[in-house]
Amino acid sequence: MSDHSNHDVSKDIRGYLIVFGALIIGTILTVWASTIHFGKEGSNTANIVVALVIAGTKAFLVAGYFMHLISEKKMIYSILAFTGFFFAGLMYLTVWSMDPNSIVHFK
Amino acid sequence: MEIPYTVKPRPDTGLYNAKVGIWLFLASEVMLFGALFSAYILLRVGAPAGTWSHGLLNVPLGTTNTLVLITSSITVVMAWVSLKMNQFGKFRIYQGITLLCAITFVGIKSVEYHDKFTHYQILKTDGTYVDGHMVEKTADHVTLNGFEAKELIEINEPKHGEHHEHKHITVPTSEIKKIGNYGPAHNTYTAIYFTLTGLHALHVIGGAIVICFLWLRGGKMWKTDPARLTNRVEVSGLFWHFVDLVWIFLFPILYLL
Repeated sequence: MSDHSNHDVSKDIRGYLIVFGALIIGTILTVWASTIHFGKEGSNTANIVVALVIAGTKAFLVAGYFMHLISEKKMIYSILAFTGFFFAGLMYLTVWSMDPNSIVHFK
Repeated sequence: MEIPYTVKPRPDTGLYNAKVGIWLFLASEVMLFGALFSAYILLRVGAPAGTWSHGLLNVPLGTTNTLVLITSSITVVMAWVSLKMNQFGKFRIYQGITLLCAITFVGIKSVEYHDKFTHYQILKTDGTYVDGHMVEKTADHVTLNGFEAKELIEINEPKHGEHHEHKHITVPTSEIKKIGNYGPAHNTYTAIYFTLTGLHALHVIGGAIVICFLWLRGGKMWKTDPARLTNRVEVSGLFWHFVDLVWIFLFPILYLL
């Protein structure tokens, strides 16, 4: 954060190192989880969910602590709220387009 | 002309201008990569059975690259902390490590790309396949170091724990119906793999150039305007963390799932 005092940032170093350690552990966990088959035989949906949950947690740590999003100004949150809205819309359209009921058949 | 609000926060936003600028840019980047992730989902779900490559990429190399990028993320943030604490020497050391990480990442990616461009698949006239790395190519024959398969699914979806024994296989040119390497044109998996990782690698190179510029030329600004240099390092760091964040998702979806 640009408005942090020198005292503040020196106190943050320990937190950064903890996040670094968590990211390393998360990476090892991701690779380890990929060697195990979760869920039903013949389906890898559970494995995809597990991998994305770990990736999401790692992304939260990077964005929250390294990019300081947990203590940012309102302006940044406003920008990201718009981004989140359009990103969610994009993903919704992606999933919706794969739904067989969404296909319009022309006679 | 002097650029306004390079150090002092702008009253209405509460932030210096470059920070608002980089976040707006990152918002557009989220949509760019979001569109490609969307394309990945559609291609993968729509791929006919047996045509989506599994286990094609080198997981130890991908894991190493993930760890390299994570390491570079902590050194970028520590470089910024060093400037905040008036320790320019430490900033130089941390950003030096960041640049080494960037070079290592691109180097490993180049090794992986080279492996794919020398990896060939032959469809023979009898409908069977030969898959492996190129050993020799002449007008009469092609020799690959790999294995033979009756169906494409044997190559693309190897059973868990199954390992094909590799040997030199020579195929006469007259028996070759189609031959091609594992470049972007090979199948939809390699197309989206090269698109996503290629674009990401360009971001790594772009970020490294900016970090290198500040690393080499920052000394002058540090003497005249240290707060401005600190803000520039913070902004370049935000971009670098975003590049790391994208890789956090690329690694499992391309290498592991």
